[in-house]
Amino acid sequence: MAPQEPTAGEARAAAPAAGRRQVWRRLLARRTARAAGLVIALLLLIAVAAPLLSAIEGQDPTSYHNDLLDSAAGGVPTGSLGGVSADHWLGVEPGTGRDVFARLVHGARLSLLVAVGATVVQVTIGVLLGLAAGLGSRLLDQLIGNTTEVMLALPSLVFAISLMAVVPADFPRPLLLTLVIGLLGWAGTSRLVRAQTLSLRQLDYVAAARLAGAGRWRIARRELLPALAAPVITYAAILLPSNVVSEAGLSFLGVGVKPPTSSWGQMLSGATTWFRADPMYVLLPSAVLFATVLAFTVLGDAVRTELDPRAASRLRVGAARQAAASPTGPPTGPSVGLPVGLPADEEATA
Amino acid sequence: MTRFLLRKAVGMIGVLFALTLVVYAAFYLAPGDPAQLACGEKCSPAQVLQVRERLGLDAPVHLQYARFLQGLVAGRDFSAGTGLLHCPAPCLGVSYRSGEQVSDMIAARLPVTASLAFGAMVIWLVLGVGTGLLSALRRGRLSERLLTALTLTGTAVPVFVIGLVLLIVLCAQLQWLPFPSYVPLTEDPQQWFWGLLLPWFSLALIESAKYARLTRSAMLETLAEDHIRTFRAYGVSERHLVTRHALRGALTPVIALTAMDLGTLFGSAVLTESLFGLPGLGKLLVSSVSLIDLPTVVGLVLVTGFCVVLANIVADLLYAVTDRRVVLG
Repeated sequence: MAPQEPTAGEARAAAPAAGRRQVWRRLLARRTARAAGLVIALLLLIAVAAPLLSAIEGQDPTSYHNDLLDSAAGGVPTGSLGGVSADHWLGVEPGTGRDVFARLVHGARLSLLVAVGATVVQVTIGVLLGLAAGLGSRLLDQLIGNTTEVMLALPSLVFAISLMAVVPADFPRPLLLTLVIGLLGWAGTSRLVRAQTLSLRQLDYVAAARLAGAGRWRIARRELLPALAAPVITYAAILLPSNVVSEAGLSFLGVGVKPPTSSWGQMLSGATTWFRADPMYVLLPSAVLFATVLAFTVLGDAVRTELDPRAASRLRVGAARQAAASPTGPPTGPSVGLPVGLPADEEATA
Repeated sequence: MTRFLLRKAVGMIGVLFALTLVVYAAFYLAPGDPAQLACGEKCSPAQVLQVRERLGLDAPVHLQYARFLQGLVAGRDFSAGTGLLHCPAPCLGVSYRSGEQVSDMIAARLPVTASLAFGAMVIWLVLGVGTGLLSALRRGRLSERLLTALTLTGTAVPVFVIGLVLLIVLCAQLQWLPFPSYVPLTEDPQQWFWGLLLPWFSLALIESAKYARLTRSAMLETLAEDHIRTFRAYGVSERHLVTRHALRGALTPVIALTAMDLGTLFGSAVLTESLFGLPGLGKLLVSSVSLIDLPTVVGLVLVTGFCVVLANIVADLLYAVTDRRVVLG
């Protein structure tokens, strides 16, 4: 089955639902979206102020505190709840005695930086290639289409692990994570943008621009990009939380950032050996990671509802049949493991 | 149908070819000397040179790649110590590290990952489709809210978080379940089941949310269709309507998605396997990546890529089988 040609209806759905300010207002009117936004704002604040916060606590994320560990018990923190004290607000890491609070807030920094960076890379590549495929010659379209096909078939987690491992250790790891996640995950965006471009370019206002003598580049920039903003933002909002998980997953597997840089995923992988002696050390990074991903997911859902009401209501009441009859949607990413490729989203299959 | 399959098969070969090319290119640029690694740390430079020659690592990279492709199609021979080691097609090469054939190594791990994937699938289908159907048939604010909450949470929890939490609660604290381990099904079915139960649930809980949502929306959508309305007008009972007529249409996307998810799972079970220490494909990948064991990594990428591509084709076929309106072309 060749990818289904989008209908005019989809193009209409793609047009911005309303002005930017209206969308903002309606987003703020949703209670869940407001809560999610608050959590994200807090996270951003923590990430930006990470060094300051750990300085207030009087700790840093890398110093060892062997004196706080019970060497007889194999390095479990002394004291209750993983060594919580006035000096160490959330206790210390078993085995090393590094401060958990400092490592968590610094982990927020890394997590957000990598996730946002990767999303920017994915969206940029996706939009550029999608536009090129939708507006360019048939040969170019074919070439980009095939590349996208290969990218979608890529066992992305397997590939990400391999790539992370082969790049020399002196290459900055956070940047590498960003690039690997970004470069492996643009296919969905590119596909979406191509389909939207193909349907948009048939609309009268684009034809009018063409007749007025506008070149391809100008049409792409002035006529198509504004109309593409809504679906692309919606898609990016779905990509972002999945990128947070990707970073945590790769670090969990030990191919992400290397110690002493701290990452939630890396803390969790350490926790697998300590969960019996020190459950706190598992729960803290788990809870933080969960809250982050949930907040981004909820916000993404709200953004979708506001920007693309048609698709959102379709999800609730039931999709148009012709959409469901086409199995050519992009395969959903391995949401179980690591959605580097595509976020788990039923729209992708429906 | 035949044309469809033929076209898909050609496309599949193209994709797999591109995959090998990309992995080869990436690993050729990798630091570290495979010959040194294969030989061990105490090897003298002369010995390393010998190993390099034996593994064919002294040849230019395009030649190495060509030999790899040749092995894949026609099989090839390796010199191993005294005699020749024949590796029949499709030959994925010989591990730099252990000297084992990659295809054997993968075949040995495949049952673990397959057990994990299929077991999890059964649970997520039961949980997901069941919840989805229930909430579609008993529409109401509560079930809708519950399902939305569940789905959002499900997509927000990474498997290594839910797995760890379940491990702490069910195995360490309550001791309801044994710590996960892998015992082959053929050896002891009971231990196989108990050892994998927790990994299955960790994977399935996350997946089932997606399936519940999909089942629900597909069911509602089918129930709104014309032919169902006609049946209803004829007085067919609601129960009969759902079980005999609507279910088939509603399950079409679910079946296709299942095929696709299963295919991807073979490559993405890495996290679950690492967390629970199951010796599957993912575990093999993580260890061979850290050892820069190129043939094993390439082999794994190929095999997992093959699973994904195959799953896509199967999903398309299943669509056509379950929904007659779909035309393969």
